[in-house]
Amino acid sequence: MPFVGSLLSAALLKSSSRSLPSLIAGLVALGCLAASIAAYPAIAEGEILRANLEWLPQFGLEFALRMDGFAWLFSVLISGIGFLVVVYARYYMSEDDPVPRFFSFLLAFMGAMLGIVISGNVILLSVFWELTSIFSFLLISYWHNSAAARDGARMSLTITGVGGFCLLIGVLLLGNIVGSYDLDKILASGDVIRNHPLYLMALIFILLGALTKSAQFPFHFWLPNAMAAPTPVSAFLHSATMVKAGVFLLARFWPALAGSYEWFILLGTAGIITLLLGAYFAMFQQDLKGLLAYSTISHLGLITTLLSLGSPLATVAAIFHMVNHATFKASLFMAAGIIDHETGTRDMRRLSGLYRFLPFTATLAMVASAAMAGVPLLNGFLSKEMFFAEAVETHADSILDRILPYVATLAGAFSVAYSLRFIHTVFFGRQPVDLPKPAPHEPPRWMRFPIEILVVICLIVGIVPSLSIGPFLHVAVTSVLGADTPEYSLSIWHGFNLPLIMSMVALVAGTVIYFVLRRYLASCADGPPVFRRLRGQRIFERILVEVSWRWARLAEQRLGTRKLQPQLRWVVFTGFLAGMLPLTLSGFEPRPFAFSGVDPMFAVIWLIGICLAIGTAFMAKYHRLAALVMLGGVGLTVCITFVWLSAPDLAVTQLLVEIVTTVLILLGLRWLPKRNEGVDDAITLRARFRRFRDLALAIVCGVGMTFVAYAVMTMPVPDAIATYFLENAYTEGGGRNVVNVILVDFRGFDTLGEIAVLGIVALTVYALLRRFRPAADSMSMPEQQLIQNRFDEERPERSAGDTVKEYLLIPSVIMQWMFPVLITFAVYIFMRGHDLPGGGFSAGLTLSIAFLLQYLAGGTRWAEDRIRILPLRWMGAGLLTAMVTGIGAWFLGYPFLTSHSRYIELPLIGKMPAATALFFDLGVFLLVVGSAVLILVALAHQSIRINRLRASDTEKTKGGEA
Amino acid sequence: MEIILSIAIGVMTTCGVWLLLRPRTYQVIVGLSMLSYAVNLFIFGVGGVKTNVPPLLGDDVVTSSLADPVPQALVLTAIVIGFATTALFLVVLLASRGLTGTDHVDGRGDRK
Repeated sequence: MPFVGSLLSAALLKSSSRSLPSLIAGLVALGCLAASIAAYPAIAEGEILRANLEWLPQFGLEFALRMDGFAWLFSVLISGIGFLVVVYARYYMSEDDPVPRFFSFLLAFMGAMLGIVISGNVILLSVFWELTSIFSFLLISYWHNSAAARDGARMSLTITGVGGFCLLIGVLLLGNIVGSYDLDKILASGDVIRNHPLYLMALIFILLGALTKSAQFPFHFWLPNAMAAPTPVSAFLHSATMVKAGVFLLARFWPALAGSYEWFILLGTAGIITLLLGAYFAMFQQDLKGLLAYSTISHLGLITTLLSLGSPLATVAAIFHMVNHATFKASLFMAAGIIDHETGTRDMRRLSGLYRFLPFTATLAMVASAAMAGVPLLNGFLSKEMFFAEAVETHADSILDRILPYVATLAGAFSVAYSLRFIHTVFFGRQPVDLPKPAPHEPPRWMRFPIEILVVICLIVGIVPSLSIGPFLHVAVTSVLGADTPEYSLSIWHGFNLPLIMSMVALVAGTVIYFVLRRYLASCADGPPVFRRLRGQRIFERILVEVSWRWARLAEQRLGTRKLQPQLRWVVFTGFLAGMLPLTLSGFEPRPFAFSGVDPMFAVIWLIGICLAIGTAFMAKYHRLAALVMLGGVGLTVCITFVWLSAPDLAVTQLLVEIVTTVLILLGLRWLPKRNEGVDDAITLRARFRRFRDLALAIVCGVGMTFVAYAVMTMPVPDAIATYFLENAYTEGGGRNVVNVILVDFRGFDTLGEIAVLGIVALTVYALLRRFRPAADSMSMPEQQLIQNRFDEERPERSAGDTVKEYLLIPSVIMQWMFPVLITFAVYIFMRGHDLPGGGFSAGLTLSIAFLLQYLAGGTRWAEDRIRILPLRWMGAGLLTAMVTGIGAWFLGYPFLTSHSRYIELPLIGKMPAATALFFDLGVFLLVVGSAVLILVALAHQSIRINRLRASDTEKTKGGEA
Repeated sequence: MEIILSIAIGVMTTCGVWLLLRPRTYQVIVGLSMLSYAVNLFIFGVGGVKTNVPPLLGDDVVTSSLADPVPQALVLTAIVIGFATTALFLVVLLASRGLTGTDHVDGRGDRK
């Protein structure tokens, strides 16, 4: 529901109205509140409301919502305070701010927070958890043109985001331990979790999540920085929601995780330090909101400490204090907001004597801060008493436990001191001077209304606890503690006991502290003495810079390179390891080589092939043409192998591809640099080492491949899908050539993708070559052309270009004659493809070779004048044909690319297979022709373009000289 | 048979990797072609090595004795894609050579 409201407000982004979005927000919040309250009767019965939706059932995840007493209490708190904050914000936000955005974020945040509270699945919980981090980031950075807001928001996002990630790890571990992500199951299996070896890990990660969120030491420093947010946001985030999420989580998982010694030590240490430090820091703040922020930290520390104790009674106190703190802290933040709003400053050194101007607000703030200080008859007093009582008890005997009463009293004294300071400096004393806004006055009636409500709640709870909060608290506590729910009493007067004495001591000591330090506080700089220099924020920023900038640069310097060779070396090396490790780990043993059954002819062919391969490797640097020829030789050997080993289709394709590739590279050779004769061939030691290393790597890879290949080939072939294809190719695909049937029918979708890739490559090549400009030293005419032209010019009876024309005259005539023959051959290969070796690929390549021959025979210019083929259209037509054939199956009610086949009698030709797959193959054929021809034409065309380029260059130089 | 094929694959892999690690673009393109031969043969070999039983269905052929058609189909597409990548790489090579004036893989000339 809040999310819907958030979208609604977002839809109003453009409007400048303040009341409409706030109305929506208010209604939504009120609606949530009403829905929660309506659920109370059922909850009070001890029922747990659930709503499940399938989410990712295959991972055992479902979108489960679950509301028990504790969740109910929090829902009411969130939506109730949310509503009050909305009312307050309606008056707080000024006309200039984009109000709809504010309410949109606020509602979204509220939704995420409610999500945390009522999610019944721990994964879902962590999702909502992250959402609160994100929305709080947006809320804190609401005034995004202020640097403080941006920094504060970024810091809170970094810290809570990291925490959220830890939490996710933690709950995953937890889910792993329990075997389910369902919250009920996890809560029910506390003993299993505590005795599991992974318990400590899970605990640490979950605590990291909770402590970062609740701003516990050592992650406390983001909270004061988040005070740059608008005050309603602070009031909402830092009283009832954001920071409460952490302690909520701790209380939620209390049945599952608490009670162990680790829990106590980890949580207790963090809690006690936070309690004390927060209170101590709060005393020395000059900023009103800063004071409240540190006091929030301190109170959260108190709750954490209570939870760490592991006793049921302490947990009751913790839950009670969560509620109390939410009420008085929200009202105090709002009061601070009013003061800021009316006077224009939050600096306590400048504020004084405001009671005269804001008597009503002052009274409310006084009551609220008295609750914060723990003055009797107010709600803060009750939970503080319970805390003191628990502190005195011994739980786990250790230093931590023994110092707890003293620490508690001291922190109590501090909190009295800062509460007193808040009230005394701001509202009493002399007339304020030089305020930014000269005449402060009481805020509008409805801006005060939320504070009034909250303060009244403080009073009611404080005076008649068992009548007001009693039943609700009981419901919440029972749902967390279950059968362990202890006897507790919420009355104000427990008799003259130790906790009461501690309270008294704290009250007196706090007052004394304040009046002793008053002079100093009124003038000192911001921040507490001694610790002023030690700023968590600084450390955080230092770390951030260190990690994100220095380390990154270091890593880039050490590991990064712009050179391709080291990168490739790493790729090869990693590839080798990736192949090697699993084999070694799974106990791979190379099989003994058996030389029996070797056909000597085959051996001789491969002896030649191997020699050619090694030759290629040697020659590729200085003798490119020789290397290319030898590479072609290797290709032919591979081709023969395919013939030999029952793969005629492969052999045909390999042969044709070999031809096309060779011609392509030949065309490219022209643009490569000439051999540089001037380079001295003296090899440096480093180069020698480099080569040796590369060679070693290459040989290792090769040897590895040999062993693996041999092992794979000699293993018995498991009865895999091959049998299926062999048996069904004819009955279902209507073809006898199983390879072709697989390509165009069984795995037609792959082929479709593949021809699309081919088309894309052709287009890329074309695009790259359109703007191609050869290197300067390739611009001049090739040497052969120069010789030929010189020869022509020397003889008067010849004109330039004659030699080229006469070159290979007879073969070129034959090549031209061969053109129709080749076309026929291509059609033949295409038609027989379904039953005999052939098919679209090879037919397409054959046809492109036919065109290629024309280029070879007549020269580029001649061929381009006569060519009647538009490669782009062929490609488009091919892709379309293939697609349409596939889609055609839909109209007949079959899945994409289902084929149909039958034989038809044609006059003269006889029986013809006519499968729809033939059309698909036709598409393949068209596309292959188009792509191959496009690539060849684009490359060959460069030799014509260069003449133009050369001419324009000459003109340019001439123009420059003139 | 298998032994020869495996040795051939090994030798071609060695040559391919060696060429791949060389500084000249042309060497790299040749190396890639060589590697693709080796890989194609390897994939082909996975289906077992059989002579004289091409996967063509006839009237009196026992299907179970035929060569495995699946690796063949895979290799066939691999050959064609190999052609496409070679073409693409060739053009990139030429364009880089045109832009930088050198045929070093880094486009920056030799390192000393």
